[in-house]
Amino acid sequence: MNIHGLSEILLYFMAILLLTAPMGILLFNVFEGRIPFGLRILRPLELLIYRVCRVDPRATMRWQEYSAALLIFSLAGALLSYALLRLQGWLPLNPQAFGAAEVTPDLAFNTAVSFTTNTNWQSYVPEATVSMFSNMLALAMHNWMSAAAGMAVAVALSRGFSRADTDDLGNFWVDLVRGSLYVLFPIALLAALAFVHSGAPQNFSAPQTIRTLEGAQQIVPQGPVASQEAIKQLGTNGGGYFNANSAHPYENPTAASDLLTKILIFLIPAGLTYMFGKMVGNQGQGWALFGAMGALFIAGALVCYGFEQAGNPHLAQLGIAMSADESQPGGNMEGKETRFGIAASALFASVTTAASCGAVNSMHDSFTPIGGLVPLFNILSGEAIFGGVGAGLYGMLMFVVLAIFIAGLMVGRTPEYVGKKIGRYEVQMAMLALLVCAFSILGFSALSSTYDLPQDSAWNRVGSSAAYYGAPRNNVNNAGSHGLSEMIYAFASATGNNGSAFAGITANTPFYNLTLGVAMLAGRFLMILPLLAMAGSLVRKKRIPESAGTFPTDSITFAALLVGTILIVGALTFFPGLALGPIVEHFQLHQLTLQ
Amino acid sequence: MDTPTVINTRKNLPPKLFDPPTILRSLKEALLKLNPKHTIKNPVIFVVEVGSIISSYYFVAALSDPGADHLFVGQICLWLWFTVLFANFAEAMAESRGRAQAKTLRAAKTETIAKRLKNKEIELMPAAALRKGDLFECSAGDLIPADGEIVEGIASVDESAITGESAPVLRESGGDRSAVTGGTKVISDRIVVRVTSNPGESFIDRMIALVEGAKRQKTPNEIALNILLSGLTIVFLIATVTLLPYSYYSAGAGGAVPTVTVMIALLVCLIPTTIGGLLSAIGIAGMDRVMQHNVLAMSGRAIEAAGDVNTLLLDKTGTITLGNRQAAAFLPAPGVSEKELADVAQLASLADETPEGRSIIILAKQRHGIREREIEALGAEFVPFSAQTRMSGVNFAGKQIRKGAADAIAAFVAAWGEKIPQSILALVEEVAKQGATPLVVAEDRRVLGVIQLKDVVKGGMKSRFEQLRRLGIKTVMITGDNPLTAAAIAAEAGVDDFLAEATPEMKLKLIRREQAGGRLVAMTGDGTNDAPALAQADVGVAMNSGTQAAKEAGNMVDLDSNPTKLIEIVEIGKQMLITRGSLTTFSIANDVAKYFAIVPAMFVSFYPQLAALNIMRLSNANSAVLAAVIFNALIIVALVPLALRGVAYRPISAAATLRRNLLIYGVGGLIAPFPGIWLLDRLLVSLHLA
Repeated sequence: MNIHGLSEILLYFMAILLLTAPMGILLFNVFEGRIPFGLRILRPLELLIYRVCRVDPRATMRWQEYSAALLIFSLAGALLSYALLRLQGWLPLNPQAFGAAEVTPDLAFNTAVSFTTNTNWQSYVPEATVSMFSNMLALAMHNWMSAAAGMAVAVALSRGFSRADTDDLGNFWVDLVRGSLYVLFPIALLAALAFVHSGAPQNFSAPQTIRTLEGAQQIVPQGPVASQEAIKQLGTNGGGYFNANSAHPYENPTAASDLLTKILIFLIPAGLTYMFGKMVGNQGQGWALFGAMGALFIAGALVCYGFEQAGNPHLAQLGIAMSADESQPGGNMEGKETRFGIAASALFASVTTAASCGAVNSMHDSFTPIGGLVPLFNILSGEAIFGGVGAGLYGMLMFVVLAIFIAGLMVGRTPEYVGKKIGRYEVQMAMLALLVCAFSILGFSALSSTYDLPQDSAWNRVGSSAAYYGAPRNNVNNAGSHGLSEMIYAFASATGNNGSAFAGITANTPFYNLTLGVAMLAGRFLMILPLLAMAGSLVRKKRIPESAGTFPTDSITFAALLVGTILIVGALTFFPGLALGPIVEHFQLHQLTLQ
Repeated sequence: MDTPTVINTRKNLPPKLFDPPTILRSLKEALLKLNPKHTIKNPVIFVVEVGSIISSYYFVAALSDPGADHLFVGQICLWLWFTVLFANFAEAMAESRGRAQAKTLRAAKTETIAKRLKNKEIELMPAAALRKGDLFECSAGDLIPADGEIVEGIASVDESAITGESAPVLRESGGDRSAVTGGTKVISDRIVVRVTSNPGESFIDRMIALVEGAKRQKTPNEIALNILLSGLTIVFLIATVTLLPYSYYSAGAGGAVPTVTVMIALLVCLIPTTIGGLLSAIGIAGMDRVMQHNVLAMSGRAIEAAGDVNTLLLDKTGTITLGNRQAAAFLPAPGVSEKELADVAQLASLADETPEGRSIIILAKQRHGIREREIEALGAEFVPFSAQTRMSGVNFAGKQIRKGAADAIAAFVAAWGEKIPQSILALVEEVAKQGATPLVVAEDRRVLGVIQLKDVVKGGMKSRFEQLRRLGIKTVMITGDNPLTAAAIAAEAGVDDFLAEATPEMKLKLIRREQAGGRLVAMTGDGTNDAPALAQADVGVAMNSGTQAAKEAGNMVDLDSNPTKLIEIVEIGKQMLITRGSLTTFSIANDVAKYFAIVPAMFVSFYPQLAALNIMRLSNANSAVLAAVIFNALIIVALVPLALRGVAYRPISAAATLRRNLLIYGVGGLIAPFPGIWLLDRLLVSLHLA
């Protein structure tokens, strides 16, 4: 580690710290129906949407109705995307003439689910599979909608804590429209302009064929990259316009755009903690959540950066310098862009996995074992470290309920959080959400690690090609500990709705498309439903006034407790698996016994 | 009740936790509790039992395989069974104490013969044949055959069978002291009683069922905690089961996949067996601790609610102040010396046996050295208090000496055509303003002055309320006094609030208002008119001396009828919750060390590099797994005393409690197993057991 790298991480976190309160105030005002002055010009549009969609914005919803609206909305979106992807051959803006052949039914299912669930896992190579029209409508649409839906759920759960003696969690449609209109739209618009400024293309041109300096021919795809980039990061979606994602110079041209990208990813998740504090009427509550998230994030980023900068002992043994100097960055540069270097790449990896974004500016598969463990751990922590837009807050609140119940009894009272008693129903729902994650990640990765499909099984056929791709095991290209890491990472990423890949798996096979698709659905909706049910139970409860006997949840002690709970409950579940993956790989690497 | 502390034989017995006969009996119980029908109620322990059965099968199967490691499999199997047994033992230990109490209660329930009254005829019949609504008669020396309400007569009753208190208590028809309990003994007089409960539903029956834990229902927090523990058990079950495929994948061609025995060992170490095994013992012990204070809780839920209480409603008289007012000062009229007033006041009180009267004599002696005189020796005639005159005093040496309320004395001096002088009336008002009661003293037509009678706040109450405030509990004093008096006493006692001129309806309204604000309310009461409020309160403690209606309405009965105990009940409730939380935290924090013991051991055959995770430097794979399993089992036994006694409780703020307990049980739980497992490992190796 060196001072440049450390200051990069520190500066980034300071920027987030500064933006948290203003963002939180914006979110709070928007979801309380107090539209900020400058955005009121959009008000007629909002009303028009209600009229066209025949939504009564004054209607209130109980948790069942809220959930039903969310599910119907998501189902409709997924079906639409599926149809558009399969029918892209007949649709406009398709200069490369992609058709249904590129998007097989299992891939279309996986992709539709992936974008609907805010995962943006891509089993395919975008520039060789989907048309511009598909990109903009079937996919980028969800960048907006899944982010707005996630925010709505977080807001509804916050209302469960902040309101009392009612069953009104708000109105899903109103939350959805306001979130996208007054939060996502203006920020994404500004961000898109900034991306254009830093050099990202924004056009509808056909791919350009150019002659490279070496004299070779290269096809350079074009398209509305900047606009997709902005919402991809702001909505913690992560699905790239190009396969190389944010490592691609068109998606992420400069160091400045790289910093902007990272800020966009944490902007809303961080702001939501402040909004939560404002909603429950105690800013300390919001900062305690932020503190727990921040501590876990910083620790992860430093570990990741430290191990990446320390480099590979095998290379060191060969006499390759591993420390940075003026002429070279040192450390592990494999899979990293020279534009960004080690610190920015390690930081990006930490940000994108903590926040369930999944965009990447470097290849996580090429990280050192512990450097790669950090992103994996971030995902396994239930996406509670800032987490996806909305998902981060509700994931963290799930851990809050568990932490409060494990340790809260220690103060000699029935545990309560922000004035709400945490009882059996809340514990049941939080536990259910936690179980779904563990079950999906461990179950599917265990399945794919042992159940070796026959080499020529139809389940193993890659895309529409006739190619079977069996070696060495179910399309995982690496054997041993690294291969296991790849499998755990894939299902963790799907279940956690992250979408980044450790790569190394050729995932565009029916087997992976279906299992990963199911994991994404489970990780999104089977987590949201129990939490909305919990919100429904909480919102009916009375608010207990705070006293000296109240478990203090706006303190450093509580933030520490929360961190401990996430580490022990969230991570211990996966420790044995991790021991056989990145951890043993680390020891193999350092004992120079890695094959 | 004058003395706040009740000397009680049972309460003051040192609670012997581990006497050999109890341990032996509990061990036997623990074996009987292996019945899966019993263990299934506790999911965590049930999983351990299933694990024990499976590993027993593997042990038996391994016996025919000469290559198997019999010693290792056998030991794991043994310690898994011990884990279940230890958990059962903890529960049995907790129950055994209640059972001892039940035994003494049963002794009181010996078959008695009832004298049933039917058409004014006495009919002898076994007590068990009495039904609700029957009338029976009891005279001196009779055991009361059933619970009931006195309809006729007055009697002193020995209730030591249920309260442990040997002094007899008075029970009479009508009013708030009319309830009698089956199994208690009439010592004097004769009463006629109407039966209020059928056989099997009586107070003593319920008490036996409660102390035996037969009817113990899980409390809301216990249920929620059980869900949490079951959920964690499932999570770890998934984590362990998926390890098998992971291992098959990782072992590849070389190395041995962990055996089922080792997998079960890992699972048992990870699931929260410590708290799972001790959870019900903690609950039973909580009930038991309440019982040791001679309070009968109708359910564990009530004790738990006591820990949550935000507002305490305390009756002024008997709880905050001593039962009676006491003379505090002599305030003479102009031209009268204080000593003269004290002298006359003492004369007026010589035959007055009320506590107020006694306190006047004591004050006269303390302040002015006036010795007590014999009323007969003086030849004075005692004039007792009567409802008509509302005065008492003596006729002595031709003079009529009286003391009484200002208006009563005004009527008395009016006989001489006198009025109470303005200066005295000013004194009377002054005294009333301070929250005290003025008694005016007159000798014939002459009004000598005023005696100030004050409510005396019990010693230590102020600091008690201070403690409660630190715990976030608001105290409200309930009194029939006027607001002026109430405010003065409230200020002196240091309560947060008061309800003056309280009626039962106002009490009920106050409780409802507090509850509407999300607060939990606890109160004590004894009268029939307290019943609605007792039922409405979250914790209603009825006095055993009170009416049947009050006892039915509350969810606890204080056998000593000491309202101050409410505070102790709250503390016990808190302590029970703290014990549960602390052991849960401890149990989960323990997992970290166990992982470091077992995980390297499991995979070392195909990933020798993982030995780097063996930070405890445990000797070998078998010793590591065994040490973790043994530690896991022994920690249950080691914590039984803590579970039964409850963790140390201090009246400090929640924030301080959290920091303290998080440090002890959280951080402690993280660290403690490391040396423990290391030590066991060394022991196993030196004994050649692994």
